[in-house]
Amino acid sequence: MYAVRLWSVRHARGLHAFYRGFEGVLRRMHGVFRRLGYERLERPVAALERSVKGLLFDCQMCGQCVLSSTGMSCPMNCPKNLRNGPCGGVRDNGHCEVKPEMKCVWVQAYQGGLRIPNGIEAMSQVQFAVDQRLKGRSSWLRVVRELNPEPDAKAAPKAAPVPGANAAAGKGGAS
Amino acid sequence: MKFEDEPVPGYPLPILAGHTSPGRFERVLRAGGFAVTTELAPPDSADPEDVYKRARVFDGYVDAINATDGSGANCHMSSIAVCALLTRVGYAPIMQISCRDKNRIAIQGDILGGAAMGVCNMLCLTGDGVQAGDHPQAKPVFDLDCVSLLEIARGLRDEHRFQSGRKITFAPRVFFGAAENPSGLPHAWRAQRLAKKVAAGAQFIQTQYCYDLPLLRGFMQQVEALGLFGKVFILVGVGPLRSAKTAEWMRKNVPGMHVPDAIVARLAGAQDQAREGRNLCVDLIQEIREIKGVSGVHVMAYRQEESVAEIVDRSNILRGRAPWYPGRDDPTFAAQRTAT
Repeated sequence: MYAVRLWSVRHARGLHAFYRGFEGVLRRMHGVFRRLGYERLERPVAALERSVKGLLFDCQMCGQCVLSSTGMSCPMNCPKNLRNGPCGGVRDNGHCEVKPEMKCVWVQAYQGGLRIPNGIEAMSQVQFAVDQRLKGRSSWLRVVRELNPEPDAKAAPKAAPVPGANAAAGKGGAS
Repeated sequence: MKFEDEPVPGYPLPILAGHTSPGRFERVLRAGGFAVTTELAPPDSADPEDVYKRARVFDGYVDAINATDGSGANCHMSSIAVCALLTRVGYAPIMQISCRDKNRIAIQGDILGGAAMGVCNMLCLTGDGVQAGDHPQAKPVFDLDCVSLLEIARGLRDEHRFQSGRKITFAPRVFFGAAENPSGLPHAWRAQRLAKKVAAGAQFIQTQYCYDLPLLRGFMQQVEALGLFGKVFILVGVGPLRSAKTAEWMRKNVPGMHVPDAIVARLAGAQDQAREGRNLCVDLIQEIREIKGVSGVHVMAYRQEESVAEIVDRSNILRGRAPWYPGRDDPTFAAQRTAT
């Protein structure tokens, strides 16, 4: 919801702190997740993630969340899907070029970034091209898996076979 | 400046040490020249002569010509085709690549194809939204954004591989650029966004129209503070405004376009507004030339392309230099052209 999304950016600091804690919890769940089977968990966890993040951020389930690098403003709500900053078309009132009634996702991201420790530095990191195969999949599970690499991890598609792309996508955290 | 090895159309120049492309545009910039680029509006036609006619009006006044890629989300002849036609006769085009209409498979193919046809410069853009153009019912692609596009383009050139990791046998030798809008929001982050583009592979920048010089100066100071001088060549966007009414319309309807009230007032107060628009552009260019870190200007004169020559001439930014064009050094060709 648009109003909740704006609220989330206003409360970026608190949400970011919460998510960092949540990431720690998720990380420790790796053993449990593995025993239950990541692939079996994929659908229910993705559904949970969709409802929670859908409410808070209008999450589009790109499957490679970068919220902590975008001031808790989901870049997939940008009509151009920009993941590296605003386009040149931001209106003088800070609204979107394509959807004039919507505030620019990246102007929001900048304001959210100012509220998060090192938020602006995180925004300045290059985000590589999205992997369209991950759309609809759980970003949480993917991050936990990446934090606990296994030699035989083969079930889920990798983010991209380019060196560095995985690491950079993982930097977004478990948000 | 004149290079000893001026091009034979269709045959590339040698690549100089420290250069990434064999193109004249990169040569002018790296030699410290103040470069002039302009924009060719691709025709709504399949006649190659329409492209050549549009290019000829810039002869002797510009170092490179941007071929727009469905600018404003309107349908025209493709940018890669315009560039291929231009390289056939030796022009130095800048091929604009927008992420709006093509996915990464098509775009990487175009980069290889363009380079194979002698295109030495490519400008990586996100592109306008489809709602802005004549086909609002079209599907917007945006598989990449300009930064991830730059990163992939650089991988093609420097690491000789597609994004998939698959090797290519002969890398495109291209000078890559990007756009920036110094007057866009959030002002405080625009320079950092530029830094991001440079980190991803941008070697030159062409900006959106800059009518607000204090804003531009502030932006350039931030760019300098980020240590980007020397890492990227910045060409500032300028252009003649036809009238106060046009200026009003543009700032209301062209997103990201910022025209200060003083500019509109200056135009409104003039008897011949179109002429005043050109005067204003000349004045701006002369001031912009003095701003530290600016390597050139990008003169955009949509539907008044014939004014580019006058503007460049009057602002004396070329300092007597005549950029190469087909037939520049051939008196019989030049005479023939004057006759027609």
